[in-house]
Amino acid sequence: MQLSGSDIIVRTLIEQGVDVVFGYPGGQVINLYDSLYKYQDELKHVLTAHEQGASHAADGYARATGKVGVCIATSGPGATNLVTGIATAYLDSVPLVAITGNVPNSVIGTDGFQEIDITGITLPITKHNYFVGAVEDLADTIREAFKLAMSGRPGPVLVDVPKDVQIAMYDYEPYAPVLPDEKQAAKAVRIAQAAQIINEAKKPFVYFGGGMVAAEAQAEMLALAEKIDAPIGCSMMGVSGVPTDHPRFLGMQGMHGHYACSTAMHHADCIIALGARFNDRVTGNRAKFAKNAKIVHIDIDGAELSKTVSAACGLRGDLKQTLQKLLPQVEGAPKPQWMAHIAELRQVEEQGQDKREGMTPFNVLSKLNEHLGEDTPVATDVGQHQCWAAQYVKFANTRRFITSGGLGTMGFGMGAAIGAQMGTGQRTVLVTGDGSFGMNLNELATAVANKVPLVILLLNNGVLGMVRQWQTLFFQKHYSNTMLDARQTDFVKLAQAFGAQASRALTLEELEEALTAAFACDGPYLIDCAIDKDEFVLPMLPPGGSMDDIIVKVGD
Amino acid sequence: MKIFTIAILVNNQFGVLNRITSMFRRRQFNIHSLTVSETENVEFSRLTIQSEGEEVTKQQLINQLYKLPDVVSIQELDPQVTISRELMLIKMRNSAATRGDVRGAIDAFEGKIVDYNRESLTIQLVGDSRKIDNFVNLMKEYEILEICRTGVVSLERGASTIRRVTNL
Repeated sequence: MQLSGSDIIVRTLIEQGVDVVFGYPGGQVINLYDSLYKYQDELKHVLTAHEQGASHAADGYARATGKVGVCIATSGPGATNLVTGIATAYLDSVPLVAITGNVPNSVIGTDGFQEIDITGITLPITKHNYFVGAVEDLADTIREAFKLAMSGRPGPVLVDVPKDVQIAMYDYEPYAPVLPDEKQAAKAVRIAQAAQIINEAKKPFVYFGGGMVAAEAQAEMLALAEKIDAPIGCSMMGVSGVPTDHPRFLGMQGMHGHYACSTAMHHADCIIALGARFNDRVTGNRAKFAKNAKIVHIDIDGAELSKTVSAACGLRGDLKQTLQKLLPQVEGAPKPQWMAHIAELRQVEEQGQDKREGMTPFNVLSKLNEHLGEDTPVATDVGQHQCWAAQYVKFANTRRFITSGGLGTMGFGMGAAIGAQMGTGQRTVLVTGDGSFGMNLNELATAVANKVPLVILLLNNGVLGMVRQWQTLFFQKHYSNTMLDARQTDFVKLAQAFGAQASRALTLEELEEALTAAFACDGPYLIDCAIDKDEFVLPMLPPGGSMDDIIVKVGD
Repeated sequence: MKIFTIAILVNNQFGVLNRITSMFRRRQFNIHSLTVSETENVEFSRLTIQSEGEEVTKQQLINQLYKLPDVVSIQELDPQVTISRELMLIKMRNSAATRGDVRGAIDAFEGKIVDYNRESLTIQLVGDSRKIDNFVNLMKEYEILEICRTGVVSLERGASTIRRVTNL
């Protein structure tokens, strides 16, 4: 069957099982958009307000579903607007295929109108990228991009298609959806070594990140923790990987992690790290990090082993299969003393819990918890609200906390929440702050246009709270450019102007009313929720510090 | 810090060299020397890279290289069992006072004069990097006009080839 290149792109996406793409039209993808028009009954296209929103939406869709997210942009500024979204996906290992148009081959290299070297620009933030110079290569390149995005450690792949290639005709035959490369367990000799280290441990700690979620190794991980009698903690990317109320789960570790979790990890003599990469927000001062622990590190990406902290045993392989082979080799050994210590740490944490009344972050998010369904995705932006959400929001199911962990992209939330909603069909919550929301609030238009059931819980403190917190603690309260009060944005009117519903909550009673209305609304509903500008995210490990320097209360 | 040499077999496509060096740049790995050329199989190019660092750095570098889809195979070349050569062209001022000494050095190092005129002479020298460094140091006594070195190319001794060594 002879088809145009642009038809081939759309047919290949459909053949690969894509049901929705996010994008924005423009001069060098006008042919592609004509093909999207032609095949609109088979492939839904969601028009965003900005290409960055499209990239975050594809990312949110992928995080919530585990499938490959797809975004489309035109050449030049369209393509560069995807960059932050691609980088966000890269740092969090999210499978994404970005398709960009470019000027025709005859113009490439001449600085043509809206020409940009997007493959060059995205080189360090993609797993791989392609410039498709000939229509013969088009379908296979897109298939390869999907395979690569899913295989091994997932990540974004970009395919740049010049306009003449979209116009050219070529044979197209549909293929079956590509499968990721076959996964393998780590080497048997390494698994035996790991088992030995684990069996010698008196105080083991199971620590997981986004790689555990991607590998769907939850059952195996819980079985391991059960068998060796270990507590479980996670990185921010792991949140929602196990149910929040699981008795072995201590929550998030790291700079703003739960006290019991960070402390337990610090006291452990063996850390079993599963699909986590020990970045600086996790380790603090590397030289002082978990000094008495032997680290058993399992990851699909061999380059993560001993990259930042040295592992006593590094295992490269698929987490699920490796754990399946490891499980019979570890001894079922109860560790009552260690678990008693963990219980004490939990108690200390509970006693230190914020018990103030009123609109504290804890109370606000506890209220939110009452309205969440088991399967409700909760997306965030980046900053204080993100850390509070990671600490306080309760999850029952995996892939339901949608957050930019690695890149820390303010403005991620709106697009990501829309993508997560469309991927899951579930009403979705966005917890955001006035700073982050200000970056990409234009995507309210997308949410309204598509009647996205979206609860936007805007924690409005009139400041860039996370930076302010640092300025308070480490910069003598020099609040340099972190006060937003001069802006005078009325977020309720703003949301209404976009055609969304909205209300303001100054008290917990008003919040309850607003949440009830928002969770019954068939489109986006924004709650402008006032909180104090001097709320802190606690505990906090000061940058470059260790667990010995943990700040649990203000004034410590 | 230790200098090490690795050979990398990559897909012979435009932009691949950029992908490799981009990774070196962003992760701040040194490049002492880099050569690249087609191989016996037109589908593949071979890079020989000399870099410097501790064992962990080397391992991290190799691991990161393996993640690039265009990398087909990597071989760390053990200096004990590796033939390494580079070629240098060096242009010297030709003067009556130094001509004899320079020619003596060329003979001792088994170099070859490939261009000769009244003002200058150009010497071609092949050998391992140390030999070439030594010759350059010797020539510093006289007036060097220009130097151009190819960088190191290396092959393992014996019949084994890079394609058979794929491990991580």
